[in-house]
This record gives sequence, structure tokens and C-alpha cells, in this order.
Amino acid sequence: MTALVVILSFTAVLALVLILGNLIAKGASSIDWNFFTRSPVPAGQSGGGVANAIVGTAIVVGVAALIGVPIGVGAGMYLAEYGGGRLGYLVRFIADVLNGTPSIVVGIVAWTFIVKPTSHFSALAGSVALAILMIPMLARTTEEMVRLVPHSLREAALALGYPRWRTSLKIVARTAMSGIVTGCLVGIARVAGETAPLLFTALGNLNFTLNVNQPMQTLSLQIYVYATGPFDEWHRLAWASALVLMGLVLIISLTARWLTRQRYGRVR
Amino acid sequence: MVASANTRLRLETSHLTAMFGQHRAVRDVSLLFPAHTVTAIIGPSGCGKSTLLRCLNRMHELTPGASVDGEVLLDNKNIYDPDVNPIGLRRRIGMVFQRPTPFPTMSIYDNVAAGLKVNGRRPRPELDDAVARALHQAALWEEVKDRLETSALDLSGGQQQRLCIARAVAPQPEILLRDEPTASLDPAGTQRIEELCHALKRLYTIVIVTHNMQQAARVSDYTAFMYLGSLIEVGRTDELFTKPKVEQTEAYITGRFG
Repeated sequence: MTALVVILSFTAVLALVLILGNLIAKGASSIDWNFFTRSPVPAGQSGGGVANAIVGTAIVVGVAALIGVPIGVGAGMYLAEYGGGRLGYLVRFIADVLNGTPSIVVGIVAWTFIVKPTSHFSALAGSVALAILMIPMLARTTEEMVRLVPHSLREAALALGYPRWRTSLKIVARTAMSGIVTGCLVGIARVAGETAPLLFTALGNLNFTLNVNQPMQTLSLQIYVYATGPFDEWHRLAWASALVLMGLVLIISLTARWLTRQRYGRVR
Repeated sequence: MVASANTRLRLETSHLTAMFGQHRAVRDVSLLFPAHTVTAIIGPSGCGKSTLLRCLNRMHELTPGASVDGEVLLDNKNIYDPDVNPIGLRRRIGMVFQRPTPFPTMSIYDNVAAGLKVNGRRPRPELDDAVARALHQAALWEEVKDRLETSALDLSGGQQQRLCIARAVAPQPEILLRDEPTASLDPAGTQRIEELCHALKRLYTIVIVTHNMQQAARVSDYTAFMYLGSLIEVGRTDELFTKPKVEQTEAYITGRFG
């Protein structure tokens, strides 16, 4: 029995090892200074990089976090602290449904409500799509983390004459903070790799831009374009981009891990 | 015994009934807690003694489905009157719980200062004084004075409980409620907390809930015995334990049930 479990665990880890190994084998050789600092060059030429996509990913995901984190964490706090009633049940149910919604459907929603009325693709529309994906994830993880805070701490604060809202913010949220931050980082890492909802919102852009009202390139879109293109050079860059994206997600996850090990803010 | 005939009345319950939904956890209890004395409430598990205690600072009503009937008079003012703000009330009545509950994100200093800060900003020197005074009162100062900025979680269980006492007394409440404050402590820790009881009654009116009769006998001036939600007998501790008037009280203190 133990042997079986060990074999199964190794199989699970093997997938990660194979993906990472493959990416490094095929992508690492293409990563150089130019890769990070230059924008793509016209097809057929060699050289060029994905600076626009790296910056684009940071912007699209960053704006998504700016929208999604306050709403998601706020909803989670509400669910944990006041969500006992009918409304809480409803919010929780909707969050679960939204959590299971295919990301491409969320992309269509963003297209319908932002791209179509404004009649142009934009990074902002992509961010909104990613934010919608983040919100239910953050709401549920925040709720779980806040629920881990022992009831006795709430009582202690209330007995000291803390108003309820202050108990929630100063004592409960702070105690759960490292868990909430970890949840946010995991949520951000998850949407950072999303491609489908960006296809018809952020669209992609071969040029460097910082304007969120314009179409913008992200690493995931860049990979999609390069990997499906006809040129060997593009395939090479797709592998390298995939490696960078994977590294980015890994760094965010490791940061989340590191934060939970911090001394203050641990949950007892 | 400190209690004297002219002790000013501080806290009193009058026909107090506390409910959880339809269940009456406390039944028609009228009880006087004289100022600057220690009153112990004893009784078997589930007799309503903790619920009674939680009615005294309106913590009981925070439980979903809980309700209260009757009066709790603090200086002749019913604390359940609509014009009484429970938050302000709880700042006048400190409470210490069964298990130590230091705030895990805060340092020792911030834990003690928590109840002061919630009352509004104060200048740092004033806070420093109040924190030091509270830690002295809780007999913890000597052990923590050099590490006030370290996490409260690094303290031992007994120290954490004394920290909670310091936190409760820092805002200088008039009354101190203690719900089995030594239930999770070892004998040495228990002894220190009990010694504190004697020292603190000069400053506060203390109500202590315990199911440890020896503890009640050691620390209290008055003892109230509760059974199945009702107050069975109340009297001076020495009299109640030596010459109980009610059969049930005698049965309980001699260990025949409970």
C-alpha cells in the first residue's frame, strides 16, 4: 500500500519535472539579454525578444490584481465574519459556480461588456476578465483563512471593548493576514498563465506599449502566437517564453510559501 | 476577609434569565457582587455559571440565538437598558477567559496596550506607564520587561494567561470577570494566578467562575453555588463551605455529585 502511494506521488511530481525539464532543454538556450530587453522582430529575421510581453503580463495581471484583490478579499471577509445567513449562502454558491466557469466564458463576458461597447480590444478588458477569474478564488481562500482564526480571539477582542468591525480588521484579518496574502499570490499566479480569456480582450500586440486602453501582449498570448506559427525561430522563442512564464509563476508561488513561514501573523 | 458591612454596592443581577434559543441556561438569578471582593461562582459543568458571567458584560448576547431577560445593575443602572452601549460597557468590565488568548500578531507590549488604544490615541509615555502598571499588577513585569517587543506567543501558557490579565486590567476596568482562568494551567501557574486574585481585589471587583472548589475556597470572599441554571445558595465563602444551608450545596461540596 505504502509503495503504491509512493509511486503515485512520484508520478505526480514527475509531471512537473518533465514539464520543467523540457522547457529548460528547449527554451533555456534562447534566453539571453535581448530576449528580455527587445520587442519581437518581423518574421523571418532572427533575434528580438519578448520585452513587450513580459511588461504586458505584469501590467495586465497587475491591474487585474488591483481590481480583483480588494473585491475578492472583501467578499471573503464578509463570508467568514457575517456570511451566516441567506445572503452569505447565496454569495458562497455564486462564488463556487464562478470558480468552475471555464475561463474562455469569462473572456466572452469581458468582450461583451467592455470590448464591444468601446469597439476596441484593450489590456483593461483582459485585466477585468482575469479579475473576474480571481475574485471567487480569493473569496473562498480568504474565507477559509479567516475561519481558521480561533473564535476565542474574537471574543477576547470584543470583551476588551473592540467594536465588531474593528475586531474583524485589527485582530481577525491581521491574524489571518499571511494566509490571505498567500491566497492572493496563488490566485495571481493562477491567472498569470491564462490565455483563453485574453485572446479576445487583450488580443496581443507585437509592439511595446504601456497604454492599458490599447491591445497588449502577454507571455501567454505570445506563446500561443509563436507556438502555432510556421517558423522555427518562433518555436524557439515560444519555448523560451514558456520557461520565463513558468519561472514567473514559480517565483510568485515561492514568495507565497516564504510568507507563510513568517513568524508574525501565523495562525494558531 | 476584606468584605465589610459598609461595602458599596457595585454589581447586582436581578431576576436574570439567559437563554440559548429555547433553552434556559440561567434561571431567575438574583445575586449581589459587593465592591472590592472576590465572588466565586461554583457548580458542576453546564450549570450556567459561565453563561451568567457572560451576561455581566453582555458577551452572552453575541452568541447567535442567545437572549437575556431580567436586569444586571451596575451602580444601579441596568446595563441592558437601550441607551447603554455594550462596547463602552465592556471597556468598564474586563474579562479573562479559560484559555490564554494573546493576539498572535502583536508584541507583548501591543497586547497589553490593545484595550487602551481602542479607546483612542494616547501619547506614548502615557501608554508606556499604563502598560508597565498593568504588567506589574499581573505580576509579569519582571519576566517580560526586557522583551516587550517580542511576540506574545513566545511566552509560556501561565505567562500568556497573566498577559491576558494585564491586557484586561490595562484600561482600568471597574470589574474583572474571570472564567476558569486556571483551567489550562499547571499547578505553579495556577498558584500565581490565585495569588493575583488577592492582590487585585483592592483595585477591582472580581467575579470568578470555577469548578475547582478548593480554588473557590482559597481565593473568594463570597461563593455562589449554581445548579441546573438556578442559584441554589450564596454566602460568605467560609460559611458556605463549612455550614451550607441547602442540602444540594452540601452534596456538591462534599463531592457527592458534580
